[in-house]
Amino acid sequence: MALATTSLRSRGNDLSHADLQLKVLNTTTADASALPRFADALRKADLYPLRPTALEIFQVNLGKMCNQACRHCHVDAGPDRKEIMTRATMQACLDVLATLGDVTVDLTGGAPEMNPDFRWFVQEIHALGKKIMVRCNLTIIVANPKYHDLPEFFRDHQVHVVSSLPFYDARHTDRQRGAGVYDDSMRAMAMLNAVGYGQEGSGLRFDLVYNPVGALLPGPQAALEADFKRELHRKHGVVFNNLICITNMPISRFLEFLVDSGNYQAYMEKLVNAFNPAAAAGVMCRNTLSVGWDGALYDCDFNQMLDLPVAVAASRSILNVDLEALRDRTIVVNQHCYGCTAGAGSSCGGQIA
Amino acid sequence: MSSYYNPADLAKFGNIVEFQEELGKKFFDYYGAVFAEGALTQREKSLIALAVAHVVQCPYCIDAYTTDSLEKGATEEMMMEAVHVGAAIRGGASLVHSTMMMNKAKELMM
Repeated sequence: MALATTSLRSRGNDLSHADLQLKVLNTTTADASALPRFADALRKADLYPLRPTALEIFQVNLGKMCNQACRHCHVDAGPDRKEIMTRATMQACLDVLATLGDVTVDLTGGAPEMNPDFRWFVQEIHALGKKIMVRCNLTIIVANPKYHDLPEFFRDHQVHVVSSLPFYDARHTDRQRGAGVYDDSMRAMAMLNAVGYGQEGSGLRFDLVYNPVGALLPGPQAALEADFKRELHRKHGVVFNNLICITNMPISRFLEFLVDSGNYQAYMEKLVNAFNPAAAAGVMCRNTLSVGWDGALYDCDFNQMLDLPVAVAASRSILNVDLEALRDRTIVVNQHCYGCTAGAGSSCGGQIA
Repeated sequence: MSSYYNPADLAKFGNIVEFQEELGKKFFDYYGAVFAEGALTQREKSLIALAVAHVVQCPYCIDAYTTDSLEKGATEEMMMEAVHVGAAIRGGASLVHSTMMMNKAKELMM
């Protein structure tokens, strides 16, 4: 497997700095018409200020380290990134989780499995009786013999596995995620299927994530899911439960692609023109709390990557959290938020409206 | 007007109602209904539109339905095959008329 790219950080690219990404998102150039403020779009839809609903997703980013370096990555993850969550911070997450009711713990990265305390953390969350979702990039399962038993480990802890696969062929998948990723992903899917994942009646949920390989919005989720199921089964005999369509956010490496390819303005206009109030009402930041690798708290994973912490200054770390204050917070929004409200909407759980 | 075709004009398509609202609105209602999921999928309709766009050689339509086909999950191969279907019909439409030429020639010649 070869890397599709390298991290912005390793290349010394200006867009590795969150403040410069925000500057691009908020700058109107001479040849570009001004895009309406996202906050104004929410105001028109009677959703401003955006407030949380009941907390359902406790999302934890275990670090930026990854065996892949995908061209659209919003985390700027890669093998060179060493920032990962410590066991002490995981313990702080567990302490908070113990006080929460029926929430799903959504583990993401990077490749979360590369964190040396990943399995301990999953075991502890499982012992608390919480539902667990792992954003597994598939290739990690076959990357090294020490990961080959991840399917059994996931099964034993009833982990809901969610994995990116941008298309049901190697050409599109490898273009976004690196040469050889498609073939490795098929091997990993077969290993997950072998322990029951995606198989009817097993209770082991295995979903795939589709995001467009380019400056495009995702198409209708149900139609794409039918295509993926038919083609992956026909070509490789592998199965999964649901296809989740996620819009690429105009941040980090996807922002780099948009700017470098000359697609930035048209993509933003497309997102703005497709603003859907119904999707805006259901955005994931309303029922999510996102914990960064260093324990910092955010409204969502995208705000995390843009260094936009929760608006409650006294509760910005899992080490010092005030859940009551967070329940009354105003969700921080910016121009990238159009990515979650375009068309049928986009969330970590797929299309919304 | 420096050029007959300006990519930015595609986004102004909806503005045709400015000069004739009733007919423009009827057209867009019809247009929306045509491309809704029906007996044909949205992707099939998008690929047909892409093929026709090439036959009528409309740059706006080619721009719009290249994007739309990709967003509906079509591959580059599907899109090129659709264009070949259009080209085959276009070429075939010319060639099938040669039967008229043949009929006429046979009528005229000894």
